[in-house]
Amino acid sequence: MSSFIKNIIRFVMFILFQVYVLDKISLHQMLAPYVYFMFILWLPFKMNRTLLMLLAFLLGFTLDSFSYHPGFHAAACVLIAYVRPFLINLLIPQEGAETNYDEPSFKSMGGMLPYLIYAAVLSFLHNAWLFLLEAWQFGDLWYFFVKTFLSTLVSLLLVLITELIFTRKQKFRTNTV
Amino acid sequence: MRNIFLFVRRYFNLLFFLLLQVVSVYFIIHYSKYHQAAFGNTANQVTGKVNTQYSNIERYFHLKKTNDSLIKANEGLYNKLKVDFELPDTSTKAVIDSIMIDSIMQFKKYTYLAARVVSNSVSAQNNYIVLSRGRLRNLRPGMGIVDLNNAVIGITTDVSDDFAVVMSLLHKDSHISGKLLKGGETGTLSWDGKEPNMITLTNIPKSAKIAKGDSVISSGFSTSFPKGIMIGTVEAVYKEVSTSNFKIKLRTAANFYNLEYAYAIDNSQQNAINNILDKIKDKH
Repeated sequence: MSSFIKNIIRFVMFILFQVYVLDKISLHQMLAPYVYFMFILWLPFKMNRTLLMLLAFLLGFTLDSFSYHPGFHAAACVLIAYVRPFLINLLIPQEGAETNYDEPSFKSMGGMLPYLIYAAVLSFLHNAWLFLLEAWQFGDLWYFFVKTFLSTLVSLLLVLITELIFTRKQKFRTNTV
Repeated sequence: MRNIFLFVRRYFNLLFFLLLQVVSVYFIIHYSKYHQAAFGNTANQVTGKVNTQYSNIERYFHLKKTNDSLIKANEGLYNKLKVDFELPDTSTKAVIDSIMIDSIMQFKKYTYLAARVVSNSVSAQNNYIVLSRGRLRNLRPGMGIVDLNNAVIGITTDVSDDFAVVMSLLHKDSHISGKLLKGGETGTLSWDGKEPNMITLTNIPKSAKIAKGDSVISSGFSTSFPKGIMIGTVEAVYKEVSTSNFKIKLRTAANFYNLEYAYAIDNSQQNAINNILDKIKDKH
């Protein structure tokens, strides 16, 4: 399956899962389970940064359309798409490892820990920026801190579960014959 | 000039990032303008259709609850029937004033229009409800929306051809006025963005006598709701330190977790009243 079609299917599935499963669960007002931004986590290493941000904006905007108040998720998604390349450069184990695999995963990032740091930082940034924009209107900072912290834990747990359920088979590619 | 081009090329990603952030924040602040824009309308139609498909499935699982609530609503209506009332004195003759029986509906001010709820949220900070009835079937922005048991749930903000977006009571910009049934004091309702089914009533003077469990009804001052529609019951009363007002926590009469159907209230005088108000605003 080409990377293009694969990503379209992922886009639709993540949005539907977020809107019709996770958003319907209201555990507590301090816990907002978000996992749809894994679409951005899973985009190919080699993707152009402008395209990356544009796709992230589209993803956030689509989710916003379902909540009838656009802008919140779009802003959060663009932020993590912007930070993603810097983070990958920091975390990838050796020079050129990103050319051996297509997408970030446990294997291509060189173990579970770097990948989890990658996921944790991005989900923290996503939630923090999202809740900050929301809290700005209400002006309640304490609420913002607690909600960001707890929701990031939930997001991370969901990322881990998703990774374990949907194991992505990735070919090792190399230039050396 | 060349330096500007070099600068843009060098920092293109950062500039593009900032541009997208600005666009997003613009949408957040000016969301009402977004709704008026053409693509906002299209987005409503598309997400409305997807939500209808989902609610077709979900509706099935709520049939029991919907039935119970309809039975309750019916009970209330039966209790208002004329046959339920008997005149206290049999020697008086009951005369029905035939003039006030409004057979051609010329005195009717409020009309209830039924609609199905296709999408609803309680967990966001700004919650919207979507109804599968739009402009083509007589819904307009600014109409009051009540649930099956005639309790306030919101006001329509935006209407497309087949769908209407309702600003729920659980929205930071929702400022419906509420009135204490017992004393008649009027205040403003708002939501603090935390607990669904709990809203705040402010601007009630400390001279008012309030007890837990008191009813709060719509004031009838806005054009959206008739007077006396149930909003909620008093859960707790706090004294505001800096003002001479109470801050009252209400439990909403409508349960926002399981809305299945709703009624839009069409006020036939709404346009007339709003026109006068607009004229006054223009003058000053």
